Amino acid sequence: MMRHAMAALALALSAAPAFAEPLVWGVRFDRLERRVKDGSDLLAWSLDASVGSDELEFVWRSEAEYDLKADAFERLRNQARLQVPISAFFDAAAGVMISTPRGPDRAYGVLGVQGLAPQWFEVNAELFASDRPFARFEAEYEGLLTNRLTLEPALELELPLADDESVGFGAWGPRLEIGARLRYDLVDRLFSPHVGLHYERVFGRTADLRAEDGEARDALFFVIGARLMF
Amino acid sequence: MLLAGTLRAGALGLGLAATLSGAAAAGTYDITVDRIAIDAGKFVKNGIGYNGSQTPTVLRLKEGEEAVIRVTNNLSESTSIHWHGLILPFDQDGVPGISFPGIAPGETFVYRFPIRQAGTYWFHSHSGFQEPDGAFGAIVIEPRAREPYRYDRDYVVQLTDKHPHSGGRVFRNLKMMPDYYNRKQRTLLDFLSDAAERGVGATLAERAMWGAMRMMPTDIEDVQGYVPMINGRSPEANWTGLFEPGERVRLRLINSSAMTYYDVRIPGLKMTVVQADGNDVQPVTVDELRIAVAETYDVIVRPTEAKAYSILAESMGRTAMARGTLAPREGMAEEIPPLREPPLLTMADMGMMEGMDHGDMAGMDHGAMAGARNTDTLSESDGDEIIGGHPTPMDAEMDHSAMSGSHTMPDGSQMSGMDHGSMGGMDHSSMPGMGGGDPFYAPGSGLIPEAANGGKFLSYADLKARKPLYPDREATREIELRLTGNMERYIWSINGVKYEDAEPIRLRYGERVRFKFVNETMMSHPMHLHGMWSILDTGSGALDPAKHTVSVAPGTTVYMETEVDAPGEWAFHCHLSYHMAAGMFRKVVVEGGPTARAAFLDAVHGG
Repeated sequence: MMRHAMAALALALSAAPAFAEPLVWGVRFDRLERRVKDGSDLLAWSLDASVGSDELEFVWRSEAEYDLKADAFERLRNQARLQVPISAFFDAAAGVMISTPRGPDRAYGVLGVQGLAPQWFEVNAELFASDRPFARFEAEYEGLLTNRLTLEPALELELPLADDESVGFGAWGPRLEIGARLRYDLVDRLFSPHVGLHYERVFGRTADLRAEDGEARDALFFVIGARLMF
Repeated sequence: MLLAGTLRAGALGLGLAATLSGAAAAGTYDITVDRIAIDAGKFVKNGIGYNGSQTPTVLRLKEGEEAVIRVTNNLSESTSIHWHGLILPFDQDGVPGISFPGIAPGETFVYRFPIRQAGTYWFHSHSGFQEPDGAFGAIVIEPRAREPYRYDRDYVVQLTDKHPHSGGRVFRNLKMMPDYYNRKQRTLLDFLSDAAERGVGATLAERAMWGAMRMMPTDIEDVQGYVPMINGRSPEANWTGLFEPGERVRLRLINSSAMTYYDVRIPGLKMTVVQADGNDVQPVTVDELRIAVAETYDVIVRPTEAKAYSILAESMGRTAMARGTLAPREGMAEEIPPLREPPLLTMADMGMMEGMDHGDMAGMDHGAMAGARNTDTLSESDGDEIIGGHPTPMDAEMDHSAMSGSHTMPDGSQMSGMDHGSMGGMDHSSMPGMGGGDPFYAPGSGLIPEAANGGKFLSYADLKARKPLYPDREATREIELRLTGNMERYIWSINGVKYEDAEPIRLRYGERVRFKFVNETMMSHPMHLHGMWSILDTGSGALDPAKHTVSVAPGTTVYMETEVDAPGEWAFHCHLSYHMAAGMFRKVVVEGGPTARAAFLDAVHGG
């Protein structure tokens, strides 16, 4: 499947009809921010860098949380995925994800759906497949206070489907992130700084594992950062 | 003879004139394509200009001559020039990949074709995004015979929309985020003021309806943030045309914008429209007119007072206003008035009917409507030879019970696609706009223009040919072209198929084809057929005007007919630069008939 998709991408890149549509690329740091919490600050990003056509897009998706105090990644996930449209507003995605945080490295196959749901909710669902799989769902809403000032509530739910204790996953013990960011488009939509709150909490067996390590089951951060898009 | 040495801001204050003498039989003209800095006032931007200038070159040709135009490409990329509206052999039409391979960097390409028409036209690059980057100029063709109207002064007024981003970047941004440039979206503050006016429930219901479709009533201009210019000058730089009080001034309005429709007015003056897209029309006097992208209108005005008159061109979405001045002396100017309130699209522009109050809207079947714009994924025949109507995706997917109106064609008949059972119970009593307003807009459309002074606004319905170019006859067949798109992905298409995936439209030499445009999108599309005239059906029969660009407003069906008299391969597309690039484009192949050049020369010398 991957090989087919890659072949299709190569074809899309090489086939140049008389009126070839330009191949479109884009880089989007949805969040590049510092998460501040008394003495244990994190640097976090989530990035989509893409190149492709209307029919097929290659995306490098990178997400990280870097613990500034410990000088180590708490989370570092890099994904290579191919996205194809499946409806007017939704794409399907397939790819691989490599997770290389502090603990042992993990590799997953990725299946995903993302798009724009009715009432302007940006949604994303992913299944990370391996012998220790997990799933994730995200939703965001861009609330326009003015045409430049937006309030963006966001929700992320991650659900381990099996135990993977060495990376802190307890089966069926979800991790929930809720955030709200107030953003201002300073330069076009190229550079849009934001401030906000970010709260996360783990439940069930995942929370139990945290407790065994002496970590809290929830944390509230003040965030300051920006969205970058070019 | 060099156009490069064009007089700039010369004796007549034109900044435009490039009068060229030469033998009557052949005129030789030179154009260089150069990388230049374009000063838009608010910003200076790298772009492309002809003959090294941001002041558009005016190519002055003579009817009856053989034009020899030498185009030298000084860019580091391939270029081309398309002679917009000119009737010529297809290998001179200047569309890379269709008419010729393009002009390589450093190459001088010689165009050679007879001039068999007169009037106002324009030319532009048909390569990449060079046209939005500045590669355009004007064409004025002096007629062989005396014109049926008098004027003392003659000015080109060429409009454009200059954006701080390059065309390539604008396109990329639109693909990444289709509302990237829309800074007129409805906000929380708008919600609060609407709620105060109409009540929270109605406002919520109305927002929910648009949200269900994932569409925006503010989506009138895909691209905002440009500086509108007249003859290469920003509103502050104020292009000025001089007159003596009492003189008749001919203004050749050309809209060379990438994306922007303009509403043009000259407060204090009536404009008499004498020509549309290069062809004389029966004079019609108006206070204001809307010029779609790529159209031209020639108007005559007669300023009587020794004062400055502003030429104001306000964008259809009311995000920018071009300004020039007619004045007895340089340096005079009127104050620029504020922009008018921006319009909002309505359900009528969706191809659904107005006349519903907000209560009705809340009762609509949201689930079904969500798919309304999803034409790309629906079954599609290529549609090149579809005769007669067939259910559109809208018809198929929408709950018509909530609709309370019907499309009205320019001739007053109703759209056949709407004529089905589920409309049976509709209440005709509440149909505003029926019988009134401009028939080229959907009844209840948010885009129906109104003159700033409350006076006469030009409609396509007012355009009647002064001398029809062709005898009137029954069309031999009809081709339906649904104008389709997916705003969220910024894909634009015809019959749900974009150019890359489409078969050419095949026409037979000698036939007269009736094109039926059904606009299923919420945008206006200026459709431009190369090489042959587009006889717009305004309901005037033999006097229907021949145009080169036909604007199709959202939610409307517009017909035009074409006498297929030009063999070869031609382009046919939406002239909004980024819609064209995103796929709203077809190749037209005219089969049969004599060889291209022979047919053309026959037509010239025989007719």
